[in-house]
Amino acid sequence: MIDALTGVLIIPAVAAGLLAILPGYRLTARLNVFATLLTFLTAVSLFVVEPRSGSYLLVDDLNKVFIVLTTFVGFTTSVFSASYIGHEIEIGRLTPTSVRFYHAMYQALMFAMNLALVANNIGLMWVAIEMATLTTVLMVGIYRTHEALEAAWKYFILGSVGIALALFGTILVYMAARPVIGEGLEAMVWTVLVQHAAKFDPALLNVSFVFLLLGYGTKVGLAPLHAWLPDAHAEGPTPISAVLSGLLLNVALYALLRFKILLALNPAAIAPGPLMVILGLISCLFAAFMLYRRRDIKRMFAYSSIEHMGIIVFAFGMGGALANFAGLLHMTMHSLTKSAIFFAVGHIAQVKGTQKIADMGGLTVTNPVLGWGLVLGVVAIAGLPPLGIFMSEFLVVSSTFARAPWLAVILALGILVALGGLFLRLNTIAFGPPRGLTAKAEASYVPMFAHLALVFTAGIYMPQALVKGFENVARLLG
Amino acid sequence: MVRGSLSFDVAHLLAGSLVLVSFMQLYQDRLYALLNIYALHALVLAASVAWQAFVQDAPHLYLTAIIALVFKAIIIPTALHRIIVRLGIHREIETVVGVGPAMLLGMGLVALSMVVMLRVTAEADPLAREDLAFALSVVLLGLLMMVTRRNAVSQVVGFMSLENGLVLAATGAKGMPLVVEISVAFSVLIAFIVIGIFLFRIRERFDTVDVQALDRFRGERR
Repeated sequence: MIDALTGVLIIPAVAAGLLAILPGYRLTARLNVFATLLTFLTAVSLFVVEPRSGSYLLVDDLNKVFIVLTTFVGFTTSVFSASYIGHEIEIGRLTPTSVRFYHAMYQALMFAMNLALVANNIGLMWVAIEMATLTTVLMVGIYRTHEALEAAWKYFILGSVGIALALFGTILVYMAARPVIGEGLEAMVWTVLVQHAAKFDPALLNVSFVFLLLGYGTKVGLAPLHAWLPDAHAEGPTPISAVLSGLLLNVALYALLRFKILLALNPAAIAPGPLMVILGLISCLFAAFMLYRRRDIKRMFAYSSIEHMGIIVFAFGMGGALANFAGLLHMTMHSLTKSAIFFAVGHIAQVKGTQKIADMGGLTVTNPVLGWGLVLGVVAIAGLPPLGIFMSEFLVVSSTFARAPWLAVILALGILVALGGLFLRLNTIAFGPPRGLTAKAEASYVPMFAHLALVFTAGIYMPQALVKGFENVARLLG
Repeated sequence: MVRGSLSFDVAHLLAGSLVLVSFMQLYQDRLYALLNIYALHALVLAASVAWQAFVQDAPHLYLTAIIALVFKAIIIPTALHRIIVRLGIHREIETVVGVGPAMLLGMGLVALSMVVMLRVTAEADPLAREDLAFALSVVLLGLLMMVTRRNAVSQVVGFMSLENGLVLAATGAKGMPLVVEISVAFSVLIAFIVIGIFLFRIRERFDTVDVQALDRFRGERR
């Protein structure tokens, strides 16, 4: 029985197998694009015909949003990846064998992320997130330079510790559910857990949430646990930075949200919100200040990702229909914008032959399309009107202002500090006299501008259906 | 299962021994000795899981026990032994924090996990709750080992003993489906990745497995 739900799993799984065997990067890059496109189309069909959820796989309004976003950015990144990888082979940074490995891992990552999103079993979800971590570890280390190895090692160690804590939290949830639901598979099925959550032992649930928050929070990149994130973004291939920032952080956040819903249903358990609000605020402020001392362009945008994940976690922590809506919107906008920025950054780093900001300058003169693309992306990510992120940040701040003015002030401060840091660096990179190597970029601009166009459109006009959908999900999140 | 019965006592003894072996790992400053203690750790885990399988009448747990015995207690330590000899680091001595502070920290962590787990699981059955408390201790001690070591091999050993703690927790949770097998399969995968790729590549590039050497290449301090 193959429906759209199993489709989003089978297509990347089959593609991963094929790409591992097939030679020739032109063919495999095209196949990679084709497979991700197919997955995206299958994901969209979830909105038309909703398959039945079973005890392993689940589809509801919450994960539909995540799946479509994941598969869409996965598709556009694969288009960008095709031209990026072509250049890397030309300059000999990657060999044909490692490209084959890269493509297979790319599809394996898509499979793991989709599995984490559609899993109805909290154990299965954990396995999927662990698998996603392992595939990205391998891809971060693919250049085999000193820095890449160190980044991969750090990511592996910190990621595994996070994942281990999350598993302990998952076991505790099972322990809490067992006396109510009974032994066996049922006690790990999310839809069953939700029905009975009110009767669970609140003390166990509290402890489990702390472990889950720390565990999956490591993967989200929340502030005290973020150490792996900048290295992994800076040293891996740029398409992977785009997928990490745009998608994998979201997937970990999704896992966290599922457990937040569970906790919110139990009246005696602690409110998960304040914990998330605190971690979110710390991440946002910390990353905003860290932006000022960055000398590596990819590292800078990695810190910007930490800042935005902080804002998103903050919004979901505040809860309520409006803040949840704002959080969802911000997550979507951040995914689209940040991956667009990484598309630009990837080509810029290839043109300049370096990632150091000091060796870049005057990009709007030397490579106008790329330079202005980056400027547009940074304007969007910094939250200037009329782009989408302005909308969502405005919603987050204003909805907080009504309930906890002080928190809103701190958050707004973080956003403004980050804006200053980003523009300071953008000024050196994009304007002024040209510095560093200049070459013509052989880039595919379509994915970058497609994302930016979407973000721009969302800033001025949101279709009614989309607003309705997001409102539905926001209500689901409680 | 009743407190004071034989099945309870044995399970308790085995889980407690696992914590003890975790402590023994903390003060090993030679890699050979560390690997031997890790093998012992896995052996105790295998015994504990097998006992759980017997007590809970859950035959699939025997499989987990066998994997722990064959893979974690024999194959991985042997392979790591060979790697260490090949790399010529078997004589290296390394500790970041001294033995005394590490043991004190470890005791603090065990006390913490006892306080937390025993308090929150007051209503759960006694075996499960003490098992969980021990498992959390093993997990935390594994974490402690990972942060107090700078050699890549001992960090991996720390991670694997952490994983043992997770298996202990999962088998202690009665009737827990699916996850035991899968988590074991994943620990295998992790071990492969670590041994196969990282150690050899780190060696190839740095001529040392000391993770501190990696720190010199930190992204921005150039």
